[in-house]
Amino acid sequence: MAGEAKTILAYSENPDTLFELLSEARELAGKIQGEAAAVLLGEKVEANLEELGAYGASKVYIVENPQLKGFQVEAYTDALYGVAEQVKPELILIGATKRGKELAPRLAQRLKTGCVAECVGFEVADGEIQMKRIVYAGKVSSLQKVKGKPAVATVPPRLFEKRKAEGKAEAVSLQVEVKAPKAEILEVKPKEVSGVRIEEAEVVVCGGRGIKSKEDFKLLGELAEILGGQVGCSRPIAADRGWFTEWVGLSGKKVKPTLYFAVGVSGAIQHVAGIRGSKIVVAINKDPEAPIFADADYGIVGDLYKVLPALIESLKKHLKKG
Amino acid sequence: MKIVVCAKYALDPGEIRIDPSGKPMLDRVPRKISDIDKNAMEAAINLKEKHGGTIQVVAFGPESARDGLKELLAMGADEAYLVVDPSDGRLDTMATAEALAAAIQKLGGFDLILCGEATIDGYAGQVGPRLAEKLGVPQVTYARSLTVEDGSLIAERDLEDAYEKVKVPLPALVSVTREINTPRIPTLMAILKASKKPFTLWKLEDVGLSREQLEQLSGIELVDMQGFAVERKRVVIKDKPVEEAVEELVSYLFKEKVLGA
Ligand SMILES: Cc1cc2nc3c(=O)[nH]c(=O)nc-3n(C[C@H](O)[C@H](O)[C@H](O)COP(=O)(O)OP(=O)(O)OC[C@H]3O[C@@H](n4cnc5c(N)ncnc54)[C@H](O)[C@@H]3O)c2cc1C
Repeated sequence: MAGEAKTILAYSENPDTLFELLSEARELAGKIQGEAAAVLLGEKVEANLEELGAYGASKVYIVENPQLKGFQVEAYTDALYGVAEQVKPELILIGATKRGKELAPRLAQRLKTGCVAECVGFEVADGEIQMKRIVYAGKVSSLQKVKGKPAVATVPPRLFEKRKAEGKAEAVSLQVEVKAPKAEILEVKPKEVSGVRIEEAEVVVCGGRGIKSKEDFKLLGELAEILGGQVGCSRPIAADRGWFTEWVGLSGKKVKPTLYFAVGVSGAIQHVAGIRGSKIVVAINKDPEAPIFADADYGIVGDLYKVLPALIESLKKHLKKG
Repeated sequence: MKIVVCAKYALDPGEIRIDPSGKPMLDRVPRKISDIDKNAMEAAINLKEKHGGTIQVVAFGPESARDGLKELLAMGADEAYLVVDPSDGRLDTMATAEALAAAIQKLGGFDLILCGEATIDGYAGQVGPRLAEKLGVPQVTYARSLTVEDGSLIAERDLEDAYEKVKVPLPALVSVTREINTPRIPTLMAILKASKKPFTLWKLEDVGLSREQLEQLSGIELVDMQGFAVERKRVVIKDKPVEEAVEELVSYLFKEKVLGA
């Protein structure tokens, strides 16, 4: 429809992620003479229009429905589909949390459109939005375009900064059909989330399966503290052993510190995919054949239980003097 | 129970090289069954062992995928079906889901579709949810355990901030995580037996689709690809007393100016 503003819709069940998406959507909307809008879904919704406006939303589309109690992907797909049918956006941005990553493709399938998963950047060429994503375990950056309208994309949390500016949002309530989901949530066991923003750390000390117990991570903590850094881990430490909630790698966090320590980490390609942005990578591993040495700048072949205490002592000495 | 496992014969990203101009060299990259699809296969076998039934593997990919699917037959699948992708992998996840859905519909009903949380090459995690939507069944993603009781499936999902236990009626689609199990390695006997198991190759036309139709359905156009070659210095300190090795490392780090102010 000529003359009508092009809309970029942003949705995330996580409020901070929504603000980040809106800030990026506002910038992108500026390049296509459009506007950014937020979508809020829930059984009952409280919209802070001032805040949403400041982060970039011109409009806030609200769907309130008893079926939207708790995040159920079937119901949330219905709701977001209903919003998209009425608003006819150019692009729908969804936060790439696990919930977002299961919602976006289901929604895109219903809209019969393409979806770019975990976009790390946007470009506008000839008025068209192009999206960048990383493929092949971090080795290749792929620039893609969605053929139809609307385009759907998921965006990793904390990739873009939330930025406040002048702006006011107007609330628009929408009636959409939401069917009762077939799935039922029986129990939610919250994880103890550390709140550490490892993506932003200048130094990351990452432990793998070479670390024998959760207790032993204190050694890594000590090293991290001396260097003003954060502790991270490989996927099995978090997902198998449950010692942490987040991990570094292809399916976890992408870090970009000046100094990265891989301690008792073998260096699987999926792990390395998350550390490509590091300036200097140091590996400590007792196996001289471990692949991590090929992806490290400096390595020590040795038992981490001997190397780490010695390294901590040495750094204490040198950094005090320095 | 009728179980369908979806599997991708994926490019092995570990084998991809970047040419001097920065373009990835994607020709003749070795392929393998995407790792997490083997976890889906193992989950299917565990369910079959408990509840009986059949396991059919369905894939959309190049003709060479036959080799990979043989591995899944050796693990314990009863039959394998390969819909040949005529596009050399240029089609997107929507086209893939359409092709898989058409094949699954041709096979008749199902109780459960299992797939991996994402594939090792694209890591998009889209095909599962798209397939569930296309077939009109509920989806459970990121399952790290699952059981079936009285026509319902109970799964524990691994989300960033919580474990979520959900119950869905069958038929349903479940995507599993790497942590749900350890995929078995087939014995030589099983590998030999697998060569006698039914393997069916379908053209798109055999499942009621055409190449033109799928290209139209494919929602994404590739604009450009750029490889990242991260070069590391690879200085390895070994065969030295710990104190000496550590001092050497620390002096390197000072030279790199990465140790604080
Ligand atoms: C699709 C997909 C996505 C994945 N995503 C991720 C991801 O995002 N992040 C991730 O990390 N993994 C991921 N994985 C898993 C990955 O493939 C590896 O299995 C995992 O990274 C291995 O973890 P690790 O290095 O801690 O353990 P291991 O591979 O078991 O390595 C342990 C290392 O510790 C060393 N070691 C043992 N004891 C000592 C000691 N005393 N001193 C010194 N060294 C010691 C050993 O030599 C070994 O090299 C993914 C896998 C798949 C298929």
